[in-house]
Amino acid sequence: MKIAITSTGKNLDSLMDPRFGRAPYIVIASSDGDLLEVIDNAVNVNAMRGAGIQAAKSLADRGVDVLLTGHCGPNAFTALQAAGIKIGTDQTGSVKEVLSRFKDQGISFADKPNVEAHW
Amino acid sequence: MKIAVASGKGGTGKTTIATSLAAVLDRRAQILDCDVEEPNCHILMSPSINCSEVVTLPTPLIDMDRCNLCGKCGEVCNFSAILTIGKTVLTFPELCHGCGGCVLLCPEKAISEIPRELGVVETGQAGDVEFVHGRIRIGEAMAPPIIKEVKKRINVNRIAILDAPPGASCPVINTVRGTDFVIMVTEPTPFGLHDLRIAVDAIRPLGIPMGVVLNRCDIGNDEVNQYCNHAKLPMLAEIPFDRKIAVGYSRGDMLIKTDPDYMNMFERLFQNISCLVHESSKVHEVIPA
Amino acid sequence: MKELVIISGKGGTGKTCITASFGHLADKKVLADCDVDAADLHIILQPDVLEKEEFWGGVKAKIDPCKCIKCGLCVDVCRYEAIGALLKIDGYSCEGCSVCFHVCPEKAISMEESLNGHWFKSESRFGPMVHAVLLPGEENSGKLVALVRNQARALADRLGIGLVLVDGAPGVGCPVISSVTGANHVLVVTEPSLSGLHDMQRAVKLVQNFKIPVTAVINKYDINLEITAMIERWLEEKGIGLSGRIPYDTTVIRAMVKRKSVVEDDSGPANEAIRSIWEHLRHDVLMRESQRAS
Repeated sequence: MKIAITSTGKNLDSLMDPRFGRAPYIVIASSDGDLLEVIDNAVNVNAMRGAGIQAAKSLADRGVDVLLTGHCGPNAFTALQAAGIKIGTDQTGSVKEVLSRFKDQGISFADKPNVEAHW
Repeated sequence: MKIAVASGKGGTGKTTIATSLAAVLDRRAQILDCDVEEPNCHILMSPSINCSEVVTLPTPLIDMDRCNLCGKCGEVCNFSAILTIGKTVLTFPELCHGCGGCVLLCPEKAISEIPRELGVVETGQAGDVEFVHGRIRIGEAMAPPIIKEVKKRINVNRIAILDAPPGASCPVINTVRGTDFVIMVTEPTPFGLHDLRIAVDAIRPLGIPMGVVLNRCDIGNDEVNQYCNHAKLPMLAEIPFDRKIAVGYSRGDMLIKTDPDYMNMFERLFQNISCLVHESSKVHEVIPA
Repeated sequence: MKELVIISGKGGTGKTCITASFGHLADKKVLADCDVDAADLHIILQPDVLEKEEFWGGVKAKIDPCKCIKCGLCVDVCRYEAIGALLKIDGYSCEGCSVCFHVCPEKAISMEESLNGHWFKSESRFGPMVHAVLLPGEENSGKLVALVRNQARALADRLGIGLVLVDGAPGVGCPVISSVTGANHVLVVTEPSLSGLHDMQRAVKLVQNFKIPVTAVINKYDINLEITAMIERWLEEKGIGLSGRIPYDTTVIRAMVKRKSVVEDDSGPANEAIRSIWEHLRHDVLMRESQRAS
């Protein structure tokens, strides 16, 4: 299983970033906690609009199964759902903490966006 | 003749000038409120609206029977308004600019277009003045298509007065383009001067003659006058601060209703502008020869 | 960190003067001027610019005349009438959609980023400030607004400052949406005129669309007490709090001409009113919400 976590930095010790579309990095890890890939999200950070949609597309292209983030707006939510990616919102802490919490305790996936559309 | 009324800064009295100028010209005039985010002319002129038309933008509609999920539409869209993801194609109409790129470039011809509502354009009469205004839907980001629709309704047989949005960005340029004269309304304060400068810099490259109306001319300092002298902007009229005018405006009364003495001033203002437009057109005639 | 955004549907209601006054009254804060169309806060704050950055906005088409065979296909497909008869791109009309770029058989069209404006990190007598100017005639997409806000928040984070005061954009379009989304509180400044009421109603609806707490201030309230009462009734019906009323007072302009906020200068009724509004906002809005959050 591939798990994506929005992040302020490039490794597992980085603090996660609560934003999805405009997080500087998206870290992809295996369910065992191994770092698989880091997506440099700089293009989206500065996108005019539709940052969340493009970020969802890049996760779908990489076959990600689960996204763990803070906020997820309606457009990104729709796109992620269409790609069959499950979404865990309201996450906090470091990337590592988010991952281990997900692994140990599991989380309930979001069934709707938790922030309004914005750009 | 088409006269635009603009102001770098909001709240300087742009609508006050536009409405009274139109009212003085009466049956010769048409007013077009192009400030589609915050149209206010109707508040001062109380027009009877007899026609309301929805302004739309074409947005994509996918025929999934024809779509082979190639993803081309998403690649060509610069606005993230369409996306092939998983086993489907999603559209985000509120992000769509209506460019038609996805429709044109879809190899399977699987995309057609449906209209999305951006706002309305309403036309009517305010006394003998023809009235047109546009109004953007709240939360909608795209003003230029509505401004374009308002301007399509310019009556060439009348003197068209266009009330421009405040500021100096794209919608202002959209409004003043193609007009014969721009009245810049400002006030003699540091804010008024700063915003006037920016608006003048934005409009000047269009080559349209401009002049300044200084509202509340006695409240601040002399910097706007100095700037106008320096920038060779004719001072067309000055209106002192008068609590009576402010109160009249607050109730929704036009300036010439609050104080009919101003009717002469607006007539002179129009004559003044006519002369300036005439002069500048002579200059243009000379250049090609 | 708390973010207070001051907006006004209509221009000229005194939004910037009030923001500047709060800037003087607030203890520690970062100021952000998001009214990038007509950025005026710096006129009062006279900040020293520490960093100046370029802001590159959207893309615009450019035709390479050496490659162009004048087939006119681009003119036919452009819906914005941005390509004239002489096959030159009109930068004001170009939306940056790239359709011409895709259809050109000679690959004579490129899409190039355009410089839209500049943004600044500055230091003022009221503390750090982030502001921006759009180049004349450029499109304000809201992106620059978002950038200014993000930079101001990041700065506050780094300096351990708990408050960002934002002078918001006018209108009800994209720039103002960018100014308010995700804020803790929005203060709408209005004036007692029918236009002021009309524009405030549109602005309030917009803020409520985003479920952000909002209160209002009526500036120059004594110009028309009847309409002030109308505004207050409307606010009450909608369950929106009134943070205060400010009387018409010429000291506001006098202070502005001296590049000062009214609370720094003479005493007077506007000065007192703004001070009491600030106390109200500080206690009832910003502090209470932070307790709820913790």
